[in-house]
Amino acid sequence: MSQHHAENREPLIHLSKRPGISLYKAWGIRLAAILLGLAVCGLVAFALIEKIQEKPERIWDFYNAFIKGSFSTPRKLWKFLRSTAVLLGIALALTPAFRMRFWNTGAEGQTLVGVLGAIAVDFYLGGKIPEPVLLILMLLAALLSGAVWGVIPALCKAKWNTNETLFTLMMNYVATFLVSYFLVVWVPNGSSSLPKMKFGKLPALFGNDYLFIILLILALTAVLYIYLNYSKHGYEINVVGESVRTAQYVGINVRKVIIRTMILSGMLCGLVGYLIAAGLDQTVTTNSVGGQGFTAIMVSWLGKFNPLFMILTSALIQFLNQGAAQISQDLNVSGALPAVITGIILFFIIGCEFFLNYELHFRGRHAKVKKEGVK
Amino acid sequence: MEKALALQMRGITKRFGSVVANDHVDLDVYRGEILAILGENGCGKTTLMNMISGIYFPDEGQIFVDGQEVVIRSPKDAFRHSIGMIHQHFKLVDLFTAGENIVLGVQEEGRYNLKSVNAEVAKLADKYGFRIDPQKKIYDMSVSEKQTVEILKVLYRGADILILDEPTAVLTPQEISRLFDVLRRMKADGKSIIIITHKLNEVLEVSDRVAILRKGEHIATVNTKETNEAQLTEMMVGKKINLNIKRTEPVNAAPRLMVKNLNLDDSEGLHVLKDISFTAYGGEILGIAGIAGSGQRELLESIAGLQPIKSGEIIFRNPKKDKPVTFFHKSMKRVKELGAQGAFHDGKMQPVSFDGMSNQAVKKWVDSGDVLFNEDEIINLRDKTPLEIRSLGVRLSFVPEDRLGMGLVGSMGITDNMMLRSYRKGPTIFLDRKKPRALADEIIEELRVSTSSVNTPVRRLSGGNVQKVLVGREIAFAPKVLMAAYPVRGLDINSSYMIYNLLNKQKENGVAVIFVGEDLDVLLALCDRIMVVNSGAVTGVVDARTATKEEIGLLMTKTDRKEDAK
Repeated sequence: MSQHHAENREPLIHLSKRPGISLYKAWGIRLAAILLGLAVCGLVAFALIEKIQEKPERIWDFYNAFIKGSFSTPRKLWKFLRSTAVLLGIALALTPAFRMRFWNTGAEGQTLVGVLGAIAVDFYLGGKIPEPVLLILMLLAALLSGAVWGVIPALCKAKWNTNETLFTLMMNYVATFLVSYFLVVWVPNGSSSLPKMKFGKLPALFGNDYLFIILLILALTAVLYIYLNYSKHGYEINVVGESVRTAQYVGINVRKVIIRTMILSGMLCGLVGYLIAAGLDQTVTTNSVGGQGFTAIMVSWLGKFNPLFMILTSALIQFLNQGAAQISQDLNVSGALPAVITGIILFFIIGCEFFLNYELHFRGRHAKVKKEGVK
Repeated sequence: MEKALALQMRGITKRFGSVVANDHVDLDVYRGEILAILGENGCGKTTLMNMISGIYFPDEGQIFVDGQEVVIRSPKDAFRHSIGMIHQHFKLVDLFTAGENIVLGVQEEGRYNLKSVNAEVAKLADKYGFRIDPQKKIYDMSVSEKQTVEILKVLYRGADILILDEPTAVLTPQEISRLFDVLRRMKADGKSIIIITHKLNEVLEVSDRVAILRKGEHIATVNTKETNEAQLTEMMVGKKINLNIKRTEPVNAAPRLMVKNLNLDDSEGLHVLKDISFTAYGGEILGIAGIAGSGQRELLESIAGLQPIKSGEIIFRNPKKDKPVTFFHKSMKRVKELGAQGAFHDGKMQPVSFDGMSNQAVKKWVDSGDVLFNEDEIINLRDKTPLEIRSLGVRLSFVPEDRLGMGLVGSMGITDNMMLRSYRKGPTIFLDRKKPRALADEIIEELRVSTSSVNTPVRRLSGGNVQKVLVGREIAFAPKVLMAAYPVRGLDINSSYMIYNLLNKQKENGVAVIFVGEDLDVLLALCDRIMVVNSGAVTGVVDARTATKEEIGLLMTKTDRKEDAK
């Protein structure tokens, strides 16, 4: 009898694909997801932060800290803009490869060798040649290093069809150890930390150290947007990404496109490396890129490989990072909590894409009405 | 009808998003009958059957088996109610034998005894007239044998209601008539058989009743004896349709594409194409028939420069100075004057001289289509990439089988898909979207493509519209050779006839059309000649005006003894 009962129940939830979704509804769902994410963060904060447990009204400090993290002082604002620019720059570099469905997970390494290349030129030639020439040579070295790091996996992919995800990922470690090696060579005292270079520094624009980098990345965003959407190269990249067989069918040389695009991708990573070396750090460490090469993957994906959207997504992620850091400072909590909070919010943002594509139906309603009608 | 009801459906509705796949369908199936479910692609036939066999769950409605209401949530539930479905795509383990596949997943008490299973399978096969060896491995089997295993799998589980989804699509005419015999025997045994199909002649041949679906709705169920093709089509499509394909006599047919002793190996060194030779004439439609996977795709891809061939020649005869064959026939003297630059012999071009040859002998040469005259411009397509072929001025169009995976880019709109072949034009590094846009508008207008805009991704269009876009683009640059692989697969009747008309118009314009098809009736009605292939070799070329389906069916399964001996 119980079995018969179970048999007569229709599934609790079933899914169906949405035929399309209105713009308002889509942004409504996204907004709801962010609000829900923030609410869950509040609950987590309440469960884990003692200060909030003591005084529940301090929960507003928690939310306030998000805003404070990026906008409370001019210094924080410039830091926000600068870091967003760097993150966006690396994400831009990845995007041509991603549009081609070449999963380049090696931006970290490609950027790092860019930093290394620029600093190497600076180390050996700094002060010996005029500053503008030095800056140009540093740029060329950075572009070349990034391009080489990008093209090696592409060559192997084109020739032996190796897996690009693993290959580019492994190249990151090679880059890190290469930096360690040069640090040992360049810093004989064994401390392995290279003092800041005296030469090879990008000049400040209107007295601001960061403005040049920010404007350059914005210009790059526009150029890349045009390249990907309105140039023949961009068209080929899209065709190869969508279907290699279609590309072959219309006579596109797929190997050539893969290699060319990865040179571009690596070179742009190298460019960002140059900006880090000559514009910001003036030195190189194994942590010069600081994981931004991986964060950039997310920026590119969340921005749906559209350079213009990526301005928003890179800003969002940088905003979350700085907000989370502010929380740990204001509420005196461990360094792991900010990561948890960023993770929760990103989970909701990425998770809501599912609800943009699918609709849920719950058991009940229409089926019951129908049955009554029959009886 | 005094027969007992086996299955009833009442008010079955299923939606996918805003698409209503089935709209309050009522259907009855009796014991001991063959019910055909007829409808165009996308009318909801398969969805309806998937709800009976437990793959989908209906949004609304009830299902009764033997008068009892049942809820079917999984294929297991379906089997509990003695319902079994044989899908279009087989679900078998290649490395297992037939017997092992049949018993796989059956939960029975006691030990697993393959011997008794095999004996029981053999008994079942005997009862219904199947030909099967239970100990044969699946990978050694033909498509028809695999289908037999699928049917036995369902019978072994005790199914009384069998659903067959397009069972004849992959079979030769001979295999189809054997399958129908089996179905009739099962019917006599009291089983209920539901057969999904869109082929009218099969419906009329085998079924007792026909249920017609159109756009998700159940239009009518009629007794097969009391209906005819015209009436069924009208119910299926919703309006009267002329089912005749207009076939004109080829005019000015001249050799345009000559393939000589073409051999192709796959990456593992297996022979995919064996010594294929044929000539395609401008102004005719050459059909290619064969069981799916007999090398049709590879042959077209070799010609299009997508597969590196092992040996052989692919000669494109540039029709700049076309001389109709009729001209050659009328005046052998002038043919002799013109002279030949060579002819194919033993797979190679060899010099030929007409001097001293009798008119009769010259005519024989000319008729063979192997002679290349002095005025002919000859381009060898062998070892050329698609881009090189185009830059040589060879206007070769190719409508591949895989429309969205090869012919088009699914995520791009119609405009961007128009550019695929021509985007390189123009001096700048930027794309020119003006001309492709105009072409897109033209194709939408002329071929009545229904789309919300030229920028809607083509993967969102229906199958028929996708194909119109692809064929439209391939025809747009005035080809001299047009190859089309299964161009009407999955298309509704209206779209299919539009494609046939387009191909016919190309033929009248003097294009050499090569048409790979699966429906022998269509091949016989549309083509001028039909080349039959089996296992990568040509088994015969027949005149489509006089050949029969049976003749072609025999050639489709014929194995060339000489080939095997090699």
